[in-house]
Amino acid sequence: MAEILARTIEVTRKYSAVTALDRVSIDIHAGELVGLLGPNGAGKSTLVNLFAGLRRPTSGTVELLGGSPLDPVRRRGIGVTPQETGLPPTLRVGECVDFVAAHFPAAVDRGALLERFGLDDLVRRQIGGLSGGQKRRLAVALAFVGDPRLVFLDEPTTGLDVGARRALWDGIRQFHAEGGTVVITSHYLEEIEALAERVVVIGEGRVLTDGTMDEIRGLVGIRRVTLTSAELPDLPGVLGVEHDGSRTHLLTVDADALVRELVLADVPFSDLEIRPTSLEEAFLTITARETITARESQTA
Amino acid sequence: MSLVLTHARYQFLETVRVPIAVIGSSIFPAMSMLFFVVPFTGNDPVAATYATGAMLVFAVMSACLFTYGIGVAEDRAQPWDPYLRTLPAGPLARFAGRILSVIAIMAIAIVPVLLIAAFLTEAMVTPAQLLLGLAAVLLGSIPFTLIGLFIGYALPSKAAVVVAQVVFFPMAVGAGLLTGPPAGAPEFIQIIAPYLPARGAVELVWVASTDFAPNVLSLVMLGVWVVVFGALAVWAYRRDEGRRFS
Repeated sequence: MAEILARTIEVTRKYSAVTALDRVSIDIHAGELVGLLGPNGAGKSTLVNLFAGLRRPTSGTVELLGGSPLDPVRRRGIGVTPQETGLPPTLRVGECVDFVAAHFPAAVDRGALLERFGLDDLVRRQIGGLSGGQKRRLAVALAFVGDPRLVFLDEPTTGLDVGARRALWDGIRQFHAEGGTVVITSHYLEEIEALAERVVVIGEGRVLTDGTMDEIRGLVGIRRVTLTSAELPDLPGVLGVEHDGSRTHLLTVDADALVRELVLADVPFSDLEIRPTSLEEAFLTITARETITARESQTA
Repeated sequence: MSLVLTHARYQFLETVRVPIAVIGSSIFPAMSMLFFVVPFTGNDPVAATYATGAMLVFAVMSACLFTYGIGVAEDRAQPWDPYLRTLPAGPLARFAGRILSVIAIMAIAIVPVLLIAAFLTEAMVTPAQLLLGLAAVLLGSIPFTLIGLFIGYALPSKAAVVVAQVVFFPMAVGAGLLTGPPAGAPEFIQIIAPYLPARGAVELVWVASTDFAPNVLSLVMLGVWVVVFGALAVWAYRRDEGRRFS
């Protein structure tokens, strides 16, 4: 297994009465592209803040590059995205990059970095005059200034249009392809689906699942059978039906059995497709299941 | 050390790029100089020197209370502040950088006062008195630095703006900064002035630049203000650290 760049061991973090993380153990290996998923308040930000040295665990251990994240020397190897709403409005883009670069022994070339994020025309512009999307790109670029081994990207493409989002994804993929390690949190499941190889789902302060994208999808075990048909009889094993124009989506645990039933029922249909459920469906199922379990254990 | 300078430089840039903030700190003392000192001290070099010393303290008071008080409170509210804590530097670089950048703002605030004193009044000092006087101004800025830091770390930014303003004016007037030479001040000001930090600060400046004999009570109270607000500033800083970074 590849070197562990960051990890938590049995980490619990409480904010007065609220438990944000509850005995979480997670390893981030060199070269991974990890998606952190979870509803708001699940504990994702707390986890990232622990790795970035902004917070200390209530109990348990947090390790970063073989030491403590509270040690500034360890933090030389990481990059973090600031929230773009906080970028200093009066500084110019180039100055902001230079300022962050001054903290790192081996900062990357400014021109190349700005070019990679499509900001090379804006070096002399004050940040306050940038559009929301430009600020967002600058915020993400700042994570890469110090030539990090590991970056934490918090909602990197929120508020970007489709083109800008794909360009940013390409930048992240390129960093990863060159050996960089990425931890990314996002509300956009599509983003996690497009980028991440490993998905960690966090809910109510605990790791609900941790696996590859395929494993997470497969975990739910639900398949989506899509076809065009004027009228369908009631079929056994169908968990849900959705209509999308002329197309009908059937959700089922056993796609093979459903297709057999469909043929036996002798109804006309065309363009049959069978797909694993999307990450979104998997995610909703996992978190819903967890919430129900949690409620049951509370009432018990 | 170079990181401290880097932080100082960028914080200074951030401040001076909002010109009204800098103009505010330097115009107010300059205007007071033109309205209260130039017309009333006439041909009296001693009165003019006293009044100039008072205006210097007035200028650093406003620079400290507003730049620290409002600046710190606003920064605490911005997500940029925690982001900087993820960079490979301890909190000291930013803190020390802030102190340096405010000293630069103070310098900008007192330059117009010195120029007006030199060209439009009869104020007279020797070069040694000038240097000692400037050192005394810096020393006298310590209590306002601490009060400003306390306000900034203890209060949200909207409250900090109001509190800094409310604290500033009565302190300046009460200490006799706007009422000319010490002996000529109204009686109630003479009674309350020694208990206010601006009085101890301005007496330091007067001692350095004239043959003024200081009031021991003013200097003792200056020390008390430094100790009390030093403790309060540390308390507020630690409380803020505990809330945001522990």
